[in-house]
Amino acid sequence: MEHYTMNLTLKVWRQKNSQEQGRFETYQVSDISSEMSFLEMIDVLNERLIKEGKDPIAFDHDCREGICGACSMYINGRPNGPWHANTTCQLHMRAYKDGDTIVVEPWRANSFPVIKDLVVDRTSFDRIVQAGGYISVNTGNAVDANAMLIEKDKADAAFAAAACIGCGACVAACKNSSAMLFLSAKVSHLALLPQGEPERKSRVLNMVHQMDKEGFGSCTFTEACEAVCPKEISVTNISRLNKEYMIAGLTEEK
Amino acid sequence: MLNSKIPAGQLDLKWTDYKGHCKLVNPANKRKLEVIIVGTGLAGASAAASLGELGYKVKAFCFQDSPRRAHSIAAQGGINAAKNYQNDGDSVFRLFYDTIKGGDYRAREANVHRLAEVSANIIDQCVAQGVPLAREYGGLLSNRSFGGTQVQRTFYAAGQTGQQLLIGAYQALERQVALGNVTMYTRHEMLDIVMVKDEKSGQDKCRGIVVRNLITGELERHFGHAVLLCSGGYGNVFYLSTNAMGSNVTAAWKAHRKGAYFGNPCYTQIHPTCIPVSGDHQSKLTLMSESLRNDGRIWVPKKQGDNRKPGDIPEEERDYYLERRYPAFGNLVPRDVASRAAKERCDAGYGVGSSKQAVYLDYANAIERYGKIECGKLGITNPSKEVIRKHGLDVVKEKYGNLFDMYEKITGENPYEVPMRIYPAVHYTMGGLWVDYELMTSIPGLYALGEANFSDHGANRLGASALMQGLADGYFVIPYTIGNYLADEISTKAISLDHPAFVETEKAVRDRIEKLMSIKGSQSVESFHKRLGKIMWDKCGMARNAQGLQEAIIEIQQLKKEFWSDVRIPGGINEMNPELDKANRVADFIELGELMCKDALNRNESCGGHFREESQTDEGEAKRDDSKFQYVSAWEFKGESDWQLHREELIFDVAKPTQRSYK
Repeated sequence: MEHYTMNLTLKVWRQKNSQEQGRFETYQVSDISSEMSFLEMIDVLNERLIKEGKDPIAFDHDCREGICGACSMYINGRPNGPWHANTTCQLHMRAYKDGDTIVVEPWRANSFPVIKDLVVDRTSFDRIVQAGGYISVNTGNAVDANAMLIEKDKADAAFAAAACIGCGACVAACKNSSAMLFLSAKVSHLALLPQGEPERKSRVLNMVHQMDKEGFGSCTFTEACEAVCPKEISVTNISRLNKEYMIAGLTEEK
Repeated sequence: MLNSKIPAGQLDLKWTDYKGHCKLVNPANKRKLEVIIVGTGLAGASAAASLGELGYKVKAFCFQDSPRRAHSIAAQGGINAAKNYQNDGDSVFRLFYDTIKGGDYRAREANVHRLAEVSANIIDQCVAQGVPLAREYGGLLSNRSFGGTQVQRTFYAAGQTGQQLLIGAYQALERQVALGNVTMYTRHEMLDIVMVKDEKSGQDKCRGIVVRNLITGELERHFGHAVLLCSGGYGNVFYLSTNAMGSNVTAAWKAHRKGAYFGNPCYTQIHPTCIPVSGDHQSKLTLMSESLRNDGRIWVPKKQGDNRKPGDIPEEERDYYLERRYPAFGNLVPRDVASRAAKERCDAGYGVGSSKQAVYLDYANAIERYGKIECGKLGITNPSKEVIRKHGLDVVKEKYGNLFDMYEKITGENPYEVPMRIYPAVHYTMGGLWVDYELMTSIPGLYALGEANFSDHGANRLGASALMQGLADGYFVIPYTIGNYLADEISTKAISLDHPAFVETEKAVRDRIEKLMSIKGSQSVESFHKRLGKIMWDKCGMARNAQGLQEAIIEIQQLKKEFWSDVRIPGGINEMNPELDKANRVADFIELGELMCKDALNRNESCGGHFREESQTDEGEAKRDDSKFQYVSAWEFKGESDWQLHREELIFDVAKPTQRSYK
């Protein structure tokens, strides 16, 4: 692979805190190597801003290998930039060419309020999990792990849903800021497994209720969420969520 | 002086016996006892959930925006457990023995045996929580083998085992949050522990912490009858490592400065299969799971400075150096051995890629082998090369697809077509806060769990054992051992946050932050961190010698002075300020770096991940010196650049030390 360097124009959302109005700032960055990751390019810019006595751009990031779900940049109108099945930290500068202009915004959703610059508050996701995204088993209560047989196909499907990293790209991509892909991944993961059976109905009802309370929008099934999901969570999980919700709503005994 | 509190009796009965006799706290009293947990990775989340379930009042803290993001998620390969589901001769004893041997006889027998005992419970617990571990078509759990062992005892969830286990623990934790048993503080970083003199015993005990709210910059005081540090390892002292950007030593280091001994700080693990460094801009390194060594073959050209493309180098001109040097274990030798062998080849001029600091990890052979097996299963007779390759690719994709994709994203090269280039990188730190059998540090009431402690891996950790230890400590050890301490604390009332100890600690933390901000120098925090990393990697990395270590100590002391007179931190104190957060951490890393070099200098033997050039065999293998160094180094902080060494002798009643051989 040929490496090259490039000069770029960045337009980055700057916002001092959750109260103040934000705005775009324009930066020129030069001598960016195609081997750098996108966040390393931002690191370079930040080092320069510090040298110039300016405030560096705040952004969430941690593992820088596409698994922790912290990084969250809305790049040229798309969560995590142009690559398929990708987090921002996995995006590399070879996706761009010399002279490109790149617009960088935080996740856009009322349920993810901006804290500073590109950092948003995603604790609403934790609260949705608190509403029922678990199996109630205390430490020490478990039977032997092989006492329960689980069909491989089901286990694989549960894993595919459980692969969600809770980053919120699905919400950011959705015109309604719906959290249905995130929620459906958790509901599917647990509903597909026999361990999840006892709480199956209450789980889906409570989690949907919490999602609505958090102010996430409704799902109109545009599938934008699936298109941008770093872990390729399928929208068939949303169908499963709808089914689970309907059955639970119609048959729950209370 | 150092009392490890190892129970008397036969090794395999110690833990059972301990559990049968340790003190218990009755449920009504548990509600009155508060426990602080710092960090929410596998150790912290599992401890928070388990202690919440028991009825303790738990407060958990993490610096990330959600507990689910702790760096345990990045563990790819798997988790060991002595289940013997494969009927291949595994047992608690074998897992114990492999771990002691893999750790090069520098870990405590009693701790390691307990770890092996509870390993099976972990798998049961995780499956009950709905962790989707890999399964066979019959519905049973699947296993694979991992570096340094000859049995298949590793459970996994594709290349996301850490992620899935952490989600299990995270969900259990969030359930306790919903039930009101755990209060979660995200985006909070611990900046000191609070010590209060206990009137009854006259002892100084850990009674709380001071944290910084990373959104507002406010300092907060929190009381706890006990404090658990589950804050992970300190590999980021090397700047470039496979750790997350935020992984830091601050919590452990603050505790160390307040009296907690630091155990074996020089024991670092350099992981053999990482993506090589590509340039100065690099911010971190990415690990490729060790499970890749199960099917991949590692080689370099037989000719020095061979610039041909890997595909153009014929089979007979390739040096599969691990298979050559270690025929019994081949590509599956432990991590320290594999890393040093790669360094040896590259240093000798056989490295590949543009930097020449890399070796090949090749899957061509595995693709062909699996392809033939698949064709056999499908009844395809005389398959063409293409057909074999197609079926082989499918198998490799299923097993390692996400790892291959990750490699391609970073390097832009397709590993199904060309062999991957790999090089060792800092990955894990076996050293950590010294703890006794109950996981309590040398400060009463302060515990350390998971990678933050030093206890189970000796001088080298075996693959798939970090997840096991984190969860063992959190789910199955601390729930018992903490009771033994808290049972005597039931009459201790919550200490007022206006107590002088809290006020003074907060003031000291505030003073330090103000001092950092007032320097207003010319160099960024990052630039200091990079320089520290370079010193550490060059002189306290894969190979160490006395001269280099002595130089490093002086360089680090100079760096520390420069940092405190010329660092530039933008922004303010009372706001979100990631540069200030980083400055706090890097200041601590600098001090730790000095101690690591001091420890490495003291340990004039080679063991596990610690390779002293002065101590090697004629063949260049590591040479341990049990007559002089069969002890744990526990360092006591006495003042700036001043430490006192305490030795905990290691006694091997069952696993008699032998020179490790993987030949």
